[in-house]
Amino acid sequence: MIPLSWYLILAAALFCLGLYGMLARKNAVAILMSVELMLNAVNINLVAFWRYGDPNQVVAQVFAIIVFAVSAAEVAVGLALVISLYRNRRTVIAENVDLLRW
Amino acid sequence: MGFFSDPISFLADWLTALMTNAGWPEGLINVIITFLGVFVVANFGMLFVIFLIWLERKLAARMQDRLGPNRVGPYGLMQTIADIVKLFTKEDTTPEGADKVVFNLAPIMAVLSVLLIWAVIPFAEGWIGTDLNVGVLYIVAVGSIGIVATLIAGWSSNNKFALLGAFRTVAQLVSYEVPMVLSLLIPVLLAGNMTNIPGLGVESGMGLGSIVRAQHNWYSIFFLMAPLAALIFFISSIAEVGRTPFDLLEAESEIVAGFHIEYSGAKFAMIFAAEFLHAFTISVLTMTIFFGGWQGPGDSIPLVGWAWFMVKSLIVYFLVAWVRTTLPRIRIDHMLNYNWKFLTPLALVLLISTALVDRIVVDAVDISMTQGQIVRTLSHLAANLLIAWATIAILRRRQAARPTRQPVASPRPVARPPEPETTADAPAA
Amino acid sequence: MTALQIIFLIVSALLLVSAFMVVTVPNLVRAALWLIAALFMTGVVFVLLDAGFLAVVQVVVYIGAIAILFIFAVMLTRRVMTDSGPQTNANWWLAGLFSLALFGGISWILLGWDGANASAPAIDPGLDTVTRLGTELVNPDAFILPFEVASVLLLAALIGAVVVAWERD
Repeated sequence: MIPLSWYLILAAALFCLGLYGMLARKNAVAILMSVELMLNAVNINLVAFWRYGDPNQVVAQVFAIIVFAVSAAEVAVGLALVISLYRNRRTVIAENVDLLRW
Repeated sequence: MGFFSDPISFLADWLTALMTNAGWPEGLINVIITFLGVFVVANFGMLFVIFLIWLERKLAARMQDRLGPNRVGPYGLMQTIADIVKLFTKEDTTPEGADKVVFNLAPIMAVLSVLLIWAVIPFAEGWIGTDLNVGVLYIVAVGSIGIVATLIAGWSSNNKFALLGAFRTVAQLVSYEVPMVLSLLIPVLLAGNMTNIPGLGVESGMGLGSIVRAQHNWYSIFFLMAPLAALIFFISSIAEVGRTPFDLLEAESEIVAGFHIEYSGAKFAMIFAAEFLHAFTISVLTMTIFFGGWQGPGDSIPLVGWAWFMVKSLIVYFLVAWVRTTLPRIRIDHMLNYNWKFLTPLALVLLISTALVDRIVVDAVDISMTQGQIVRTLSHLAANLLIAWATIAILRRRQAARPTRQPVASPRPVARPPEPETTADAPAA
Repeated sequence: MTALQIIFLIVSALLLVSAFMVVTVPNLVRAALWLIAALFMTGVVFVLLDAGFLAVVQVVVYIGAIAILFIFAVMLTRRVMTDSGPQTNANWWLAGLFSLALFGGISWILLGWDGANASAPAIDPGLDTVTRLGTELVNPDAFILPFEVASVLLLAALIGAVVVAWERD
């Protein structure tokens, strides 16, 4: 049997990899990808706690489904912003976009 | 069970007994039997493609008043095998500047995405890879791997036509997934309301085995209850395969061959086989979900059930081939408009109306009885006809409200000899 | 070490390697493909946790929609994605340090927590999680409000994405 801590360590490692990507990457699309990794880490945690807590309660699965919906919405709007940015500024490098208005 | 009524179970039992007598551990025997099952299902699909390609070429030829393949073997049956030999002896090229790993991965993923669907298809009573309780969702999930395969095939080829094909893929396949999923929800809903009928064996609305068992009689097949959903599913799955009239992703006359332009030899053969197998798979799915699957007279014998499965699937496949050889390619904006302004709203309306009608009927009558089931079928049929009539009425009104086009030029005869000049008009010399 | 543990170790190694490639590979389409691998492996982890429904939904939503959107966005903006030069900003070492510190901190907390070695309780074989989930999601006493809020959020995102990406002449 796999102990709960294995899943939690896996999720923590995945979350930290995502965090590194989000902080270190220049490209806005790559930053969004890293955010997806972090959301997945959260989902692994939620499902692991569901399985190792009380499997008869489905609360954690409901949480995971809400996370799916939120990440789909986030990607749709985020990529629309990236494309709009590319169209206006000819760049998708996050640190080149530091003006509040132009 | 004798060999001739149920060969699969017979062979599996015989092998299990053989290995148990040899003293092998039980876990190993299970693994071997499962592996053999996977091997049989996958190879049935891949070998059947050889016949399907011949069949489709022959059908297309007859519909277009040609003879079709007739040189190799009787009726040209061996033509496909000759083609395979030719394709496998060709040079396996990888274009300059292509992303090699991804380029070679794409054909494998294309075949994989189709073969994985066969894991949940019920061939006959008890002949099913695995009856997942989320089978319908699984089909959608596996189909999305096929989209990724097409997309990366187009991107990694380093060819502008291939990339255009990949762009069209996203526009088309992702869009047509929406009405496909919505129309699949209708049989799921209908089967899901039959889970509490005793003795029927419907466990969950989403498993394909349960969907087949829910259509246990001629009056309870889902085509009668949801003809419009069947039609939407059929159309959108043809679009998912990317066949004419939706073959925009490999339109030969516009973008040469689309996403698979750079593929040659064995890799091209894999993409080609995946496309034909996918076309047969959507026929099988339409038949399984809307036409009662393997059920028919005498289906308690698995071999007869399997025969029904093949006959029904091939009839639907004939329709697919018929559509392919008859219709011209649709324009890209028409393709998107047709999806987003017609199929998707219609599927949404159908889903809501089916849910409402089924709720009312299931509360009012006892659908475990024959009369109740007939009442249910008739009310669904009536609701579908009403929606079809309303749709046609709306379309007629929009057609009438559309401004008639002003002709910008009248047609002229093309090759008319020049008018002979009369002497009166000639300048005076 | 049981067979299940070995499978878990292989799957998690694949997941972490894919995730590492996502954040380090310079070529963005390749990064998106590694992202697909990572998302698929997360689905396998869900299967190991007996959440088959969530695994299938994971493949449908993430690979079927989100990953394809990513690849598409990369292709649309690829003129500036020449993939030359560093893909990380000047503070990448700080980010790495911070992430490592966070991972170390979480692991340290987990090692000190005695609930972390709990083993999973047996699942009642009669429990149909999918049906349960469906009824809970639309049950007024349970989760109908978050469910509806999520649907409104999706609608807002749909409209918002169209408005933001609309090409004004």
